[in-house]
Amino acid sequence: MRIEWLLALRFLKEGRAQTLFMLGGVMMGVGVIVFLTSLITGLQRSIIEKTLGTQAHLVMRSPDDEARRIIKPTSELAVSAIVEQRAQRLCSILQWQQIMRDLELRPEVTAVSPLVAGSSFAMRGSATKSVALMGIEPEKYTRIVPMPSFIKEGEFRITANDAAIGTDLARDLGATIGDKIRLQTADGRSDTITVAGIFDVGIRDLNRRWVFITLRSAQNLLDLVGGVSSIDVTVRDLFKAEIISEQLASQTGLTAESWMKTNAQLMVGLRSQSASSYLIQFFVIISVAFGIASVLVVSVIQKSREVGILRAMGCSRRRILRIFLLQGGMVGLIGSLFGGGLGALLVTFFASTAKNPDGTPIFPVVLEPSMFLIAAGVATITGILAAAAPAARAAKLDPVVAIRNA
Amino acid sequence: MPETMCSSAIIQLTDVRKQYGNDGITTEVLYGIDLTLQRGEFTALIGPSGSGKSTLLNIIGLLEQPTSGTIQVQGRDTGTLSEEELTLLRGRSLGFVFQFHHLIPAFTALENVMMPLMLEQGRSTSAQRERAAGLLERVGLVDRMNFKPDKLSGGQQQRVAIARALVANAPLILADEPTGNLDTAAADEIFKLLLEVNEESGATFLIVTHDPRLAKRCRRVVELVDGRIVS
Ligand SMILES: Nc1ncnc2c1ncn2[C@@H]1O[C@H](COP(=O)(O)OP(=O)(O)OP(=O)(O)O)[C@@H](O)[C@H]1O
Ligand SMILES: [Mg+2]
Repeated sequence: MRIEWLLALRFLKEGRAQTLFMLGGVMMGVGVIVFLTSLITGLQRSIIEKTLGTQAHLVMRSPDDEARRIIKPTSELAVSAIVEQRAQRLCSILQWQQIMRDLELRPEVTAVSPLVAGSSFAMRGSATKSVALMGIEPEKYTRIVPMPSFIKEGEFRITANDAAIGTDLARDLGATIGDKIRLQTADGRSDTITVAGIFDVGIRDLNRRWVFITLRSAQNLLDLVGGVSSIDVTVRDLFKAEIISEQLASQTGLTAESWMKTNAQLMVGLRSQSASSYLIQFFVIISVAFGIASVLVVSVIQKSREVGILRAMGCSRRRILRIFLLQGGMVGLIGSLFGGGLGALLVTFFASTAKNPDGTPIFPVVLEPSMFLIAAGVATITGILAAAAPAARAAKLDPVVAIRNA
Repeated sequence: MPETMCSSAIIQLTDVRKQYGNDGITTEVLYGIDLTLQRGEFTALIGPSGSGKSTLLNIIGLLEQPTSGTIQVQGRDTGTLSEEELTLLRGRSLGFVFQFHHLIPAFTALENVMMPLMLEQGRSTSAQRERAAGLLERVGLVDRMNFKPDKLSGGQQQRVAIARALVANAPLILADEPTGNLDTAAADEIFKLLLEVNEESGATFLIVTHDPRLAKRCRRVVELVDGRIVS
């Protein structure tokens, strides 16, 4: 074994209480960091998963027609005007087939699906409900939102006759599988569909409003023959959705809105949660570092005689420095291994107690190996840095002082 | 004539002075010491307390710098050497035995003896182990090899320290009151061991002692009084 390692290990072993004290500090610090990180990662991941369970990563639409002012205000002329936004009429994306083909060729895009969406009424017997028509190509749409997995009754079979509705709408209309429902739009177009599947996406409002029909049926009902109202896109890295949406918008001339923009409030929440967790971690690291440093300073003073003897026997200053830096590094590394275990234990325990009423965990435990590696790396570097001042002090010790004073 | 002197001199001090403190109050400890130690010599350094014996030994041991004067180790002037080079020279040419044993408590007797070799070679080897074990056998501690210093008596610790000073085949062994805190019988034995080892290894020994009885057994005695060599 290298002499530096041998000396560092022996010194650590000899100062047992101090070493245990430092190891305990690192262990608790790393434990807290691992716990916090996996808790927040798990929590955020489950929130995002829930949010994106029923959303595309980004949605492309044709640009809104803006209401334009006829008289523009100038420096001499103040204009008072009530600008009324033009009522949104459905307008199709031009050349949407071509745009979809281009999108599918992009490496960062994993799924593309056309959508004709609009509102109508759903009627059965005397019941009438306002609903959102979702005209889709089922095999494409299910790659964006996994509707078959939400099906409670029947199946997600969308054809010219068959449709799928939500559990709440089914209850409101008193409809079950096989029942017929009439869809009628405000301008009088209508169609009749058969309920083939009833779904529950976990969001009541959507369960009450969504009615899935074919693209063609929706085009007919909403007077948009040959057109689509939007294109849903899923991307490989969901956190790049915003950047990609900006690129797509400028390249196609369409508007593109990422899930991050749609859920801006949520993103702000998640970001500030992450930021406060980083802040906590930073202070944990700092206090662990101070703990290591203050214990090592004492240890250097206690070991000044040994250091003096080593120096007299031909041990260079640089080697003394390395011996003490190594001690810091070893404490960091070994402490972080125990700390990783502690953190994993804590988070597993926490997740096992935090359960939904039906017994499923509120959020999945996320224990990634990379997190442990990073924690070990950070702890080792922190240990070495914390040891810097004590090690420098040890290296500066005058051997004569140590030898003269028995 | 001077050349032949140089070639057989292991260490040569010329007009070495030492004073402590720099601004205002300064204490002169050594006043112009000239001293040459020949290869294989066994010299006692005696003198009253406070006369500067330890200071002189530390200067010869390259642990302290003199205020002025030159020190030549095996004909080489040490005045121009850097801290790093002095450390290296110390490891290669000098062996120390201190009054208070100064073994490293975290290591066994065997490992303490190996330490100078481990420091020189940067790692521990089985060859070092064998050499150290041989020396411990020589000083009569073969059955205590794996004891930590706190499990050894004062005399035994001092034997380990002697074995350690010899392990790297240093040509000059410096001992500051090696028998200072031992009883007469133990002191006699340690002194006898030092004399024997001097015969066997041919290394040069400079021993600081208070005990005139022991000094009488040395071939050469240097007496220091108030920072000057008087005989
Ligand atoms: N670091 C220092 N600063 C100031 N004075 C010192 C220092 N070290 C030693 N001295 C002084 O130098 C003088 C010689 O000290 P030294 O230890 O060399 O004496 P000594 O002959 O070894 O004495 P003893 O037999 O008691 O060990 C003493 O008067 C001491 O006070
Ligand atoms: Mg002394």
